[in-house]
Amino acid sequence: MRAEPKPSAETVVEVQNLTRRFGSFTAVAGISFAVRRGEIFGFLGPNGAGKSTTIRMLCGLLAPSSGSGRVAGFDIVREAEKIKTRIGYMSQKFSLYDELTVEENIDFYSGIYRLPKSKKIERKEWVLTMAGLRDHRHARTADLSGGWKQRLALGCAVLHEPPVLFLDEPTSGVDPNSRRQFWDLIYELSGQGVTVFVTTHYMEESEYCDRLGVIYRGELIALGTPRALKTEHMQGAVLEIECERPSDAMELVERLPEIKEAALFGKGLHAVTRDTNAAPAIQAIRAALASGGFRATKVESIVPTLEDVFVSLIEARDRAEAPQAEVRR
Amino acid sequence: MNLRRFWAVARKESLHVRRDPSSLGLALGIPMLMLLMFGYTLTLDVDHVPFVVWDQSGTSQSRALLAHFTASRYFDFRGTVENYGALEHVIDDRDASLVLVIPPEFARRLDARRPAPVQAVVDGSDSNTASIILGYTLGIISGFNQDITLAQVRRAPGAIPSPALDLRPRIWFNPDLESRNFIVPGIMAVIMGLIAALLTSLTIAREWERGTMEQLISTPVKPAELILGKLLPYLGIGMLDMVIAVLMAVFLFHVPLRGSVLLLFSVGGIFMVGTLAQGILISTLARQQLLASQVAMISTFLPAFLLSGFAFAIGNMPVAVQAITYIVPARYFVALVKGIFLRGVGIATLWPDILFLVIFALVVAGASIVFTAKKLR
Repeated sequence: MRAEPKPSAETVVEVQNLTRRFGSFTAVAGISFAVRRGEIFGFLGPNGAGKSTTIRMLCGLLAPSSGSGRVAGFDIVREAEKIKTRIGYMSQKFSLYDELTVEENIDFYSGIYRLPKSKKIERKEWVLTMAGLRDHRHARTADLSGGWKQRLALGCAVLHEPPVLFLDEPTSGVDPNSRRQFWDLIYELSGQGVTVFVTTHYMEESEYCDRLGVIYRGELIALGTPRALKTEHMQGAVLEIECERPSDAMELVERLPEIKEAALFGKGLHAVTRDTNAAPAIQAIRAALASGGFRATKVESIVPTLEDVFVSLIEARDRAEAPQAEVRR
Repeated sequence: MNLRRFWAVARKESLHVRRDPSSLGLALGIPMLMLLMFGYTLTLDVDHVPFVVWDQSGTSQSRALLAHFTASRYFDFRGTVENYGALEHVIDDRDASLVLVIPPEFARRLDARRPAPVQAVVDGSDSNTASIILGYTLGIISGFNQDITLAQVRRAPGAIPSPALDLRPRIWFNPDLESRNFIVPGIMAVIMGLIAALLTSLTIAREWERGTMEQLISTPVKPAELILGKLLPYLGIGMLDMVIAVLMAVFLFHVPLRGSVLLLFSVGGIFMVGTLAQGILISTLARQQLLASQVAMISTFLPAFLLSGFAFAIGNMPVAVQAITYIVPARYFVALVKGIFLRGVGIATLWPDILFLVIFALVVAGASIVFTAKKLR
């Protein structure tokens, strides 16, 4: 007996005021958002921001302290077990059985998901091909490299072709090449109409997402497409500065009244201006660097990266909270 | 409860067992080792008691008394002493557990038909053994008394009297009162309970510790499928342990197996399911391997060893402790194993004990399914 979800529409994941407390610590503080069918939705945030806690609540693994939500048409509080038939989940830690072979792990999960016999063989071959493990089907899982393990885990999570896929930091600890391959797989699944909810703390990965939620200290501090975040959430222009001794130069640049904040970035500096018109700030920086004896090769306005946005959002949040923290003390 | 998922779990779990030969070796080796150790060392029999005589009488009468002792298989004659200091010495050095002191006037008093006191000095450092030795001594003395009375009467004129009471004891089921015969079946029950709970106490906790449980609870697998699927392969190992234990009991320790072998293994299976489920329940609640295995060990071994009646009679315990024994499954299993092995009785006599084991297995397996929350904490 399988209850069909309400034929409601395009929204596949939806939460309102979702909160989870562990004792006195609030891991997730009243977040609300919605994810549409076929979307790749990224959840970006530093470690401990509440990403895993959120994903676990969505998968029905953790009961929320308050708030509500629906996944694939089912209520995350009352219908957690029904959700589990419609999702694939890959936890942060590798969670297949090390002492079993590749094939035995796949067979175990196809038994758990009750795949019919004909489907079972077809899906197994699909996973083995997708993960590049056709020649290693009898290898112990423990002996596989990180990239292989991760693709095998993804394969086991989508054996039953779930419409929604939850990936909790799927690429942490994997080399960049494997990471790229993994994202190709995610695009492929998304192309087939699978909704993908993925958490990450890699900036370049979040650029691959259709939409992003930025989570910090349990709160959702920004939500939108990567492009929208870059254009709407930066109140000033971003300048790229290339000069000698950038860490010393940073102190100088930070003190300029035209500059809101500055941070080391690659071989140089990134600075955010107070005003959207960058021209006066560029002149001020050039003058300050020249008088300070730093030879500057480049000071120009650039399109901000997500990292600029992220740093700016987090600093804005910290500035807003710092006075409150003082008062509390 | 879906059969496919149940089989998937059972198959996966048996692969774990197969891939871990050292644990499998321990699961089969530890019961053998324990049975050997307990079977040979844990004996409650007292025989071949070393004894020494201080014969101050030195007459044919005193030698006749001595002959009664040396003829008994319960006593081993270890020589004589001639003074009190030497007597103290043999007891202190544990060269003898009994010193028989026959006073100088022994023969004279006997001939005069007056009571002739004899002193028995017993090493009381182990009170149980001491009282058994004293019992044997009294038995031999009364045998000697009877001989003397008969001889005196025969010498006197008149009819040949017969003693008023002539007790002819017959001990059933264990005619030689071999303690091994009841210790081996009892220790079998203790070992099986311990091993069963230990085997499963790790299974769920290990999945929590390794993080594989988080993946598993994100699937539609049901607690019953998970618990029963995990139980099945360990039931196989447990029954293999029982086969080994029964073979050792019969062929190594020569314990008579008088009842039905089928019944023996059936009740073993029921007991095993209950105890395996107990291990799983502990594992489910603890979510940590170390804690789970320690709780499993203490919660099975101690009650089975102390409260099952295998070594210490339940009837001798304080009433409150006796009440506790009613919820110890090993109590019923020990009774069943002894009943089938020694008394050779069948289901008609044993059904109340079997019924309890069935109830225990159902309740504990049910509890472990109920407490298997598919949630993180």
